[in-house]
Amino acid sequence: MTEPITLLPSGFSGPDAPAEADLYRCVHCGLCLSSCPTYVETALEMESPRGRIALMKAVNEGRIEITPRIVSHWEACLQCRACEAVCPSGVPYGRIMERTRAQVKNAGLQSKELKRFSKFFLNSALPNPGKLRLGAHLIRVYQRLGLQKLLRLSHLLHLLPGGIARLESQLPPLSKKFFVPSNTVHKTQGEKKMAVALLSGCVMPLMQGPTMEATVRVLTRNGCDVVVPPGQGCCGALNAHAGDIANSRSMARTNIDSLMASGVERIITSSAGCGSSMKEYAELLKDDPEYQEKAARFSEMTSDVTEFLVGLPFHAPTATVTRKITYQDPCHLAHAQRITTAPRIILNSIPGLELVEMENSSLCCGGAGIYSSTQPALSKRLLSRKMDSIEETGVNEVITANPGCMLQVEQGFKAKGKSGKVRHVVDILDEAYALE
Amino acid sequence: MDFSQFLKGLQGIVGEQNVVYHADDLLVFEYDGSVDRRLPDAVVFPGNTREVSQVISLAYETGVPVVGRGTGTGLSGGAISPPGGIQVAFTRMNKILEVDTENRMALVEPGVINLHLDTRVRKDSLRYAPDPSSQKACSLGGNIAENSGGPHCLAYGTTTNHVLGMEVVLEDGSIVNLGSLARETIGYDLRGVFTGSEGTFGIATKIAVRLLPVPEAVRTFLGIFPDVETACTAVSAVIEHGIVPAALEMIDALTIQAVQNVSDAGYPDDAGAVLLIELEGLSDEVCEIGREVEAALWDTGATLVRTAEAAEERQQLWVGRNGALGALGSIAPNYFLVDGVVPRTQLARVLGRVADISREYDIPIANVFHAGDGNLHPCLLFDERKEGTLQRVMEAGTAVLQVCVDAGGTLTGEHGVGLEKKEQMPLVFSDDDMAAMISVRDSFAPDNTLNPGKIFPDGVKQAAHGQRTFPGMPV
Repeated sequence: MTEPITLLPSGFSGPDAPAEADLYRCVHCGLCLSSCPTYVETALEMESPRGRIALMKAVNEGRIEITPRIVSHWEACLQCRACEAVCPSGVPYGRIMERTRAQVKNAGLQSKELKRFSKFFLNSALPNPGKLRLGAHLIRVYQRLGLQKLLRLSHLLHLLPGGIARLESQLPPLSKKFFVPSNTVHKTQGEKKMAVALLSGCVMPLMQGPTMEATVRVLTRNGCDVVVPPGQGCCGALNAHAGDIANSRSMARTNIDSLMASGVERIITSSAGCGSSMKEYAELLKDDPEYQEKAARFSEMTSDVTEFLVGLPFHAPTATVTRKITYQDPCHLAHAQRITTAPRIILNSIPGLELVEMENSSLCCGGAGIYSSTQPALSKRLLSRKMDSIEETGVNEVITANPGCMLQVEQGFKAKGKSGKVRHVVDILDEAYALE
Repeated sequence: MDFSQFLKGLQGIVGEQNVVYHADDLLVFEYDGSVDRRLPDAVVFPGNTREVSQVISLAYETGVPVVGRGTGTGLSGGAISPPGGIQVAFTRMNKILEVDTENRMALVEPGVINLHLDTRVRKDSLRYAPDPSSQKACSLGGNIAENSGGPHCLAYGTTTNHVLGMEVVLEDGSIVNLGSLARETIGYDLRGVFTGSEGTFGIATKIAVRLLPVPEAVRTFLGIFPDVETACTAVSAVIEHGIVPAALEMIDALTIQAVQNVSDAGYPDDAGAVLLIELEGLSDEVCEIGREVEAALWDTGATLVRTAEAAEERQQLWVGRNGALGALGSIAPNYFLVDGVVPRTQLARVLGRVADISREYDIPIANVFHAGDGNLHPCLLFDERKEGTLQRVMEAGTAVLQVCVDAGGTLTGEHGVGLEKKEQMPLVFSDDDMAAMISVRDSFAPDNTLNPGKIFPDGVKQAAHGQRTFPGMPV
């Protein structure tokens, strides 16, 4: 039934092209459709995992070139990997989308929004924690001196390019104290069970410093000596998602060197997105003769803080926290790492705390790393859907386990003009411990 | 009228953003869940019945053939565009309009996902019984077109047994109602004729379905057998006990391997066949019959039997079966699913013949099927990128269907004829039979502009175009 067509050379090439074995594992059954946030929102096959893979196959087979229109469908993907979790064929969607994005980047066909964002953020700030911290200091000064208010009032923001203006509007007040890696060993308060290293990461220590500190306290409370070695940096996930595989590899190597040198048994992160990426270092560096083995060990040693605590097992708090909360599943925890029960076990262990589940708690909130800046329209629609689900629970405290989700849902409360709190699982566990 | 004028007309009806016509975008509408493909000239996304009617009327006047599309999960090419045709897609018309718990019925738009309706009505302890394996993605409009079945149709019947009535747009754009909200209708059962007409009679725009109460107790049994033959004797043993399970499903060794490739469904490495049986009813009854089922499984040679009653544990037992088709992607990039039906007593013999065909044509065949009603799903596994493979697969598929027909069975149990089985229709029907069917279609759609080229073999005698003889009921 296929129409006769003249074939072009394949639009994919090089070592980082999506593997045919991965692409052709998709049998276009369509069972992913109803799990895809962008399909649910747009009702369009182009904005579905099956559709995006069909376009990759068409490019791979030389039926069509990579066009800006096709790129727009690929870039509209959140890379939330909800499709991957429900795919009966086991299509490694996250991997083929990252590689497809790398092909787009190499061909110079990224959208202007993504190019702009890559230039000042992905290529420059993220791979360099010192630069990032300096930038954050400047932003803090800018916010503290009241310049932000002034700029916002004067409407000068409209002169900035759209993506940056929106990002500016998203800047949360930065943490009063940044969380900074050091050579200090945070000693356990009780009998030592294990030595662990904590990923500090990029944005989280600057914007959610208190959550990082809570993570350290919760771990030491549960028999761990914790180090947060200097020299580490961003996990590289955002670069990989944008197709910048080269930078993401070098960032992975930096973290492997820094975090494994400390001689710990486990590597912990309280960021779901980073955990998912670190667990995939093995895949990312599988062709690197010097790092392949270390990367495989690193990935095996990596745990999300919630799964690690439940596995220990952690001390159930004895103090009562009488509140109602709801839980938002971070995509890279629920879909990429398939962890949905550990955070709930922790929340349910806190006496007095009542977990009210929201509808579709694992449907992406639209944060998705830099997505909220590069795809503001769809991001806002998904956020609005998420805020409706939260509102239906009648609860105004949202617990989650990833910095991006925290920022996005906070933004959602702000946009709705509602007061609401967004916190990490470890924040509330730390709060309960403090009351003991 | 040239094509750009036609496009403008469509955009005028549904809005510019609801017409897809760019060549890059149309690539994702050339397929459904089957092996067939064809690019449509445009895809239109109407938002209500009036828009559907206007779109179809415009296409009719312009001479453009039309096919309805739900979510494109069909397995017989039903939603593949006719040559030079457009698709009318229902993903925007996805609202549950009414749930009437007292009268146990629901009124829905055709784009509602089957599982979404079921999940919604379970809040009221009701269920929508037909459960295709693509339940979480397929739409009710598509289910009506194909008269879809599923595992639980063994006890409850296929879609046609659960449709009360529908609002339908005919090929010239006129709107009629078939059936009614009442349980029974007098006169000809037109909703019955319409269900399973594969989009050739008209396009449903509102559907009233029957809901059933959720049973008091459900118990699922999973039996592991050394091979398919032994598992088939277990099927016979269960049925001979006079037991009518709600579902009775089997998967063979190759399918088990595929499922295990993707994720551990808990099947032992040496499993040659997995049998799934589900009982529903009153607690005492399910408990008592359950003991008989369990005994029958052990007696016939099961090497392992698991059972579960809690919803979550039962779900675990079903995981492997529900993901079986997709899991075949871990073995080969394409499958051609043959939907043949055979008398239950012939199951083991026919499966033996299917294995012979697999060897003869050198094509791996995985079996996943509704054993209870003898509805086979041999899946021929292949790679369409290999020159000449598709042709060999089609020939092997025809051979499998011939075996089914010879055993006293038929071509399709629940997926429809569509494109993929139309050339095999003469295995079952004479020219006169097909002419009679076509004359029924002509009373709905005399100009044959809705989903033309499906169901009947190319070149079969079509009636001369005439007046529509079916007047429809007043709206």
